[in-house]
Amino acid sequence: MERRAVYRNKVLPWLLIGPQLILVLVFFYWPTSQALYWAFTLEQPWGGGNAWAGFDNFLYIFRDNRYWATVLRSAFYALAATGLSMLVALTLASFVDRALKGTKLFQSVFIWPYAIAAPAAGVAFRFIFSPEAGLIGGINTIWPGIWDPATNAAHALAMVIICHAWLGIGYNFVFFLAALQMIPKSLSEAGAMDGARPFRRLMDLQLPLIAPTAFFLLIMNIISSFTDSFGLIDTMTEGGPIGQTEVMVYKIYIDGFKGLDYSGAAAQSIILMLLVISLTFVQFKWVERRVHYN
Amino acid sequence: MIERSPFFDALTYFAMFLGLVIVVLPFWIVIVAASQSLQEVSRVPISLLPSDQLWINLQEAWTRADLGPKMVNSFIVAIGVTVGKITLAAMSAFAIVFFNFRARMICFWLIFITLMLPLEVRIVPTYSIAANALLPFQVILDTFGITWLVQQMSGVQIALNWNLLNSHAGLILPLVATATGTFLYRQFFMTIPDELAEASKMDGASAMEFFWDVLIPLSRTNMLALATIMFVGSWNSYLWPLLITTDRANFGTVVMQLKALIPNMNGTPDWNVTMAGALIIMLPPLLVVAFMQRWFVRGLISRDK
Amino acid sequence: MSQISIRAVKKVYQKNEVIHGVDAEIEAGEFVVILGPSGCGKSTLLRMIAGLEEISAGEIAIGDRVVNKLEPRERGCAMVFQNYALYPHMTVRQNIGYSLKVAKMPKAAREERVMKVAKAVSLEPYLDRRPGELSGGQRQRVAMARAMVREPKVFLFDEPFSNLDAKLRVAMRAEVRNLHRSLGVTSVFVTHDQTEAMTLADRLIIMNAGVVEQIGRPSEVYHHPASRFVADFIGSPAMNLINGWFGEDGNFRHGKGGMIHLPAIAGQLTGRDIALGVRPESVRRVAAGTKGALNAVVDYIEELGAARLIYADTDGSRIVAVDNGNDPLGTGMPIHLAIADADLHLFDNTTGRRIETRAGQRAANNQLATA
Repeated sequence: MERRAVYRNKVLPWLLIGPQLILVLVFFYWPTSQALYWAFTLEQPWGGGNAWAGFDNFLYIFRDNRYWATVLRSAFYALAATGLSMLVALTLASFVDRALKGTKLFQSVFIWPYAIAAPAAGVAFRFIFSPEAGLIGGINTIWPGIWDPATNAAHALAMVIICHAWLGIGYNFVFFLAALQMIPKSLSEAGAMDGARPFRRLMDLQLPLIAPTAFFLLIMNIISSFTDSFGLIDTMTEGGPIGQTEVMVYKIYIDGFKGLDYSGAAAQSIILMLLVISLTFVQFKWVERRVHYN
Repeated sequence: MIERSPFFDALTYFAMFLGLVIVVLPFWIVIVAASQSLQEVSRVPISLLPSDQLWINLQEAWTRADLGPKMVNSFIVAIGVTVGKITLAAMSAFAIVFFNFRARMICFWLIFITLMLPLEVRIVPTYSIAANALLPFQVILDTFGITWLVQQMSGVQIALNWNLLNSHAGLILPLVATATGTFLYRQFFMTIPDELAEASKMDGASAMEFFWDVLIPLSRTNMLALATIMFVGSWNSYLWPLLITTDRANFGTVVMQLKALIPNMNGTPDWNVTMAGALIIMLPPLLVVAFMQRWFVRGLISRDK
Repeated sequence: MSQISIRAVKKVYQKNEVIHGVDAEIEAGEFVVILGPSGCGKSTLLRMIAGLEEISAGEIAIGDRVVNKLEPRERGCAMVFQNYALYPHMTVRQNIGYSLKVAKMPKAAREERVMKVAKAVSLEPYLDRRPGELSGGQRQRVAMARAMVREPKVFLFDEPFSNLDAKLRVAMRAEVRNLHRSLGVTSVFVTHDQTEAMTLADRLIIMNAGVVEQIGRPSEVYHHPASRFVADFIGSPAMNLINGWFGEDGNFRHGKGGMIHLPAIAGQLTGRDIALGVRPESVRRVAAGTKGALNAVVDYIEELGAARLIYADTDGSRIVAVDNGNDPLGTGMPIHLAIADADLHLFDNTTGRRIETRAGQRAANNQLATA
């Protein structure tokens, strides 16, 4: 906050900032503290308030193999979807960055997936990947039973991950393209004078220079794999077959709102929140370092 | 562009075309399937040529999922979130950037920490507030003994209660209570030179006149970007509406209806109607993004900094 | 009665005092320039007059009102900013008229005032353009028109020309002077450019490191600098300042064994750390063997066209002379320089203040009489 603040007033700033502060207090800080309370207490079956449970809720979760399977699955999901999406987006962005004639048209279309609701994409991809309808199901007419996301966990997970990656293309593309366009033209030209071919230049010049953006996107994508995955899984697989596509947010939803285990869900929420906070923190640290570079 | 070899140009076009197929194919299949009859859509693999049933399927999806009132709700939520967030964000960013008051840094951090945790991640705790949004205030009053005091003095018991379940406020407010917009506005306000505010002071303008006459007109581009992001984000929100709305008939949004459109395991596989519904539901945000692209891209990028 | 009174004004930023008690009186209708190097506090002082900075101690009065606690809009000042600070989204017309609009002046009257002012600074053809579509000089004019339109009691200029190129700066200078002549409004102008300051000012306030070094008319400041800092800061090429001390024998000793015989001045100054100052244009070349001449060796020559500057070394001290001759001169050649006693300035290096000498005083008086 390097600016010389220019107005002095005792009341006005509070009137301006008040509404936002109240909303943040009611919908962020209060509930978050509430979750902490739940996570460390257990609701008594006969009513009469919550009993202090210490770390029991957490220990219970940590002893649950199914929970660890969910965590591992979430990690795999995050990395696979992120990697796939960023790879496609970066490839497209680096070709679009050449600014050939007509590129504008491609460019505007590549952003479209950003506009699509996860559940809407989920429904569309469920149809596309349906074993007895749509597009991919076609291979079942040649080799019956080779593709079946309804019973095969690997198929189901792959289907969700592909859909998630597709959804992320637009967002990633915008950032990659902007980062690439920020690189001065003279740099590429210097590289070309040094005899580097386009692919070499991409690897040696452009990629290192857009590394900060790539890192930013990596974190954003991983966080979105926690948030957007719910809409996809709920419409595509509902966590099935037999819980094999449950990821962390979905499990919290199932345990808390279907299983009505608030304490367990709260403890899981705390873990997830800590995870997301630490990811964001890593990113802030990185941004700081990046400022240092410049 | 340095290399001018026709081969490399061809490769570029090929890659971009491939990208176009990847991005557009799902849209295309949705449109194609939505235009086909039940027999056509049941063919495996599906024909990639559109047919003539689009209007019929759209109507069927519209009535089956009761999309009319849901559309209204979705628009109320999306516009409410967009307008609410822009208003609050501009106001609070103005206070944080242009005012010198004691708790400035504390307010700054209180608001900006919320950037770290998206709503989906803290869905359980947020849901806890839905039954009574005024609970925090009640607790504050109780702890400080004000409730007791008032009851002793006037015999009135303070019981603050505001149930957010099945209400538009419940759908909107939690989505407004994050800092994305404030952050965007702050970034923009930081780029305004101090001298501009000082010039307006010398011209005799008050703080609010500077806000209205100078800052708001100058931030039009950012406002459009933010509006796009917020509209898309709130239209597409799913998990929160799902939880807060038990009375779907009156307060459901269109995105919640998607699941209802999926054919049953043992029912008719009328995916054509499903796709028609999906098409209707994904169209508004898609149109917004397509029209607002220029500003929206600028807004997204400045979030990075 | 003076228009602006600055009394013992201090500015403290987070326990860091940047202005250490400034006193100055500015008369009604006067054009005063505050001159000083960057960071000397001149802009801060101006902004305190404007009301953009709080006054940490002391008081400022405009007219007969102490304005310490008044908002900028209540002080009757208008300001031209360094970066113009035009509202980018408003047309020239709206920019100029904004203060009147804020003051809720009816539209017709407003329009009339804007037209009048635009005419005065020849902006009429550009009234419907945005600042982004104007050249630097035109933007500068808009900034001035915006200040003029309010018909203020005081004009404040904060380095307004520093973003213009040299030629435009000269033109704008003339324009500001003409405006001042026709409007007669008290003006305070801040700059670090001494030519700008000398040509514009009725009086100069020269500041350095948060204190006022000297207040005076341009010729006064030039011919009678009150401190070593002012002597060094005003004038281009800068005044020669030779450090040394007076011996018992009436010789000024400097450099590597250099001696200048100045018995008339030496007097009571014996032993003090002194800077001997002389303007390059007061250093004359004389023929070899002239009585009292300094022997020097040419280091290098700077050709200016009309004249040339000789950078010479006399016994280890650098001395610069303006020379009108055109005989061939080169590095290493011996020359002979003479300085009249009356052209000498003496400064105490410990306090930085001027030491009055009878000869110097007389010269100054002569100059002031003719100025």
